[in-house]
Amino acid sequence: MADALLRLHDVSLAFKGITALNRLSFDVERGEICALIGPNGAGKSSLLNVINGVYRANTGDIVFDGVRFERIHPLKAADLGIGRTFQHNALFGRLTVIENVLAGLARHGRANFLENIFRLGRDRAERRSFTTRAHRIIAFLELDPHIETVVSTLPYGLQKRVDLARALVADPKLLLLDEPMAGMNQDEKAEMSHFVSDVNEKLGTTVVLIEHDVGIVMDLADHVVVLDYGRKVGDGTPDEVRNNPDVIAAYLGTVH
Amino acid sequence: MTVASQIADTPVRGVQRRAGLIGRPLVLITIGLVVAFVAIPLVATDYWLSSIIIPTIVMGLAGLGLNLLMGYAGLVSLGAAAFMSIGAFATYNLLLRLPVLPLPVVLVLAGLIAAAAGILFGLPSLRIKGFYLGASTLGAQFFFEWLFTNFKWFSNGSQSLTISAPRLAFLGWDLSAATGRYLLVAAVTALLILLAYAIVHSRVGREWMAIRDQDTAAAVIGIRIGRRKLLAYAISSFFCGIAGALWAFGYLGTADAHAFDLDKSFQVLFIVLIGGTATLFGSFFGAAFIVLTPILLDRIVLATSLTASADQGALANLQRIIFGVIIILLLIKEPDGLSSLLRRGLSGVRRRDTASRAPLG
Repeated sequence: MADALLRLHDVSLAFKGITALNRLSFDVERGEICALIGPNGAGKSSLLNVINGVYRANTGDIVFDGVRFERIHPLKAADLGIGRTFQHNALFGRLTVIENVLAGLARHGRANFLENIFRLGRDRAERRSFTTRAHRIIAFLELDPHIETVVSTLPYGLQKRVDLARALVADPKLLLLDEPMAGMNQDEKAEMSHFVSDVNEKLGTTVVLIEHDVGIVMDLADHVVVLDYGRKVGDGTPDEVRNNPDVIAAYLGTVH
Repeated sequence: MTVASQIADTPVRGVQRRAGLIGRPLVLITIGLVVAFVAIPLVATDYWLSSIIIPTIVMGLAGLGLNLLMGYAGLVSLGAAAFMSIGAFATYNLLLRLPVLPLPVVLVLAGLIAAAAGILFGLPSLRIKGFYLGASTLGAQFFFEWLFTNFKWFSNGSQSLTISAPRLAFLGWDLSAATGRYLLVAAVTALLILLAYAIVHSRVGREWMAIRDQDTAAAVIGIRIGRRKLLAYAISSFFCGIAGALWAFGYLGTADAHAFDLDKSFQVLFIVLIGGTATLFGSFFGAAFIVLTPILLDRIVLATSLTASADQGALANLQRIIFGVIIILLLIKEPDGLSSLLRRGLSGVRRRDTASRAPLG
């Protein structure tokens, strides 16, 4: 555990007395793909929301890339390099693919609004570098044919990929993927999981993802954390988790 | 009609700006400028300029200001007229008290003063959303009407609380005649449309639309939501402020705070809805509708000689009812506003144009 990018310690979260996360601790190594699995309501999405500041934990603390915090503002999380996709489509529906991806670069913008509007000073270099970076990610995720398409008119699977592109373009150190394959057929899932592993290998991005399809998780992930009712019931390599009796009882057992 | 053309017809809000204005930019812009600055001043009568064209352009400009806030940034304002009144009173006082300042500088300063007020009344947008946000801008509406009627300093101690422009001149040209006022209004509006175009196509415009479509996602990817919202209120009020100055001195000639009452705010709101949200030119169609429809209804009443059989008050009310019904019908049939209707008409013509030459891909 020498090089953890993300370290959660004793994190709890409750909504009006209902415990969503119960004293949760685990580490995510730099460069790995870590999968969070667990039944509906196990607290997986809540956990991602705590990590990037949409929710505030009631107890515990988080160390990300050497920075320790108990609560964090979503903007600060973005600035630290935590990128995120959403379980339910959260794209900017009336904008095109390229505009969505460009918007993902917001935290890298340095020009002030007058420079932006009147195309002065830092805006020129910013427009150039934003466009280059957006095109590079769009090509990487093979979205080129749809670059000028309004995202709300794209099929669901492609929208999920645009969501990934929007998070990825800002060059995050940690990428949180909330059910990137939900609602997809087997082919689309295989395609998406290929893209996730490409992102991890070729761009070196550390990934934490939520996924229900255990088969895909076991292939894709280096590290699996199993949640049940907000508690951690398993934590290890896919093989260790598969053979963990608690996990089988809590989760895997119910699937078969 | 082929399937492809039906798909192409599906209106997608917020993306019109790509197709409309920039289709064949130079040609369209040149035609527009020639019509605005050569043809109209030569052809139009004083009546047309003063009673129809000038108010249409000025209300369209106010609509454009509100559209930047509502259509692009997805925020709410029920107090557009309040910011117009600030622009009008600021222009009056700057011209009166600092006579060295040339008119363009005065208009920009008046816009900036309105922008400052816009930021102040936009502050609640950092904490509340939607319907409730309307209340704070409604507050601006009542506050400024009260301010400008209760403190005579703003109208230079005038007993009637009215303001009239000390002089409308630029580089020695007197602009008080109808053509002069029209040219002033048209030139200012052309520059502000250009500014709006630059804003919408900058990072600022993109981030406004991102916040409008999905504010949680916008925050998570690092967009400075609070700052962008306040900027939207500032820029929107800047446009409305200048529109207010033009309304008072380019159209009315003499105005008081009640020229900018809640009715006017709702008119600007309707202009945006009728013209189409998130468009740059829609507001001008909306304004033409608002200005022309009552005139048209007047003409119809005169032509059918209803005046003889019914009393004036009932007729005026009937006109309002008809006007309201037209607005409701229009918004039901065309929720994306007149600009989407017009665009569909144009693309229909273009399709027929190209259909003979190439099959649709």
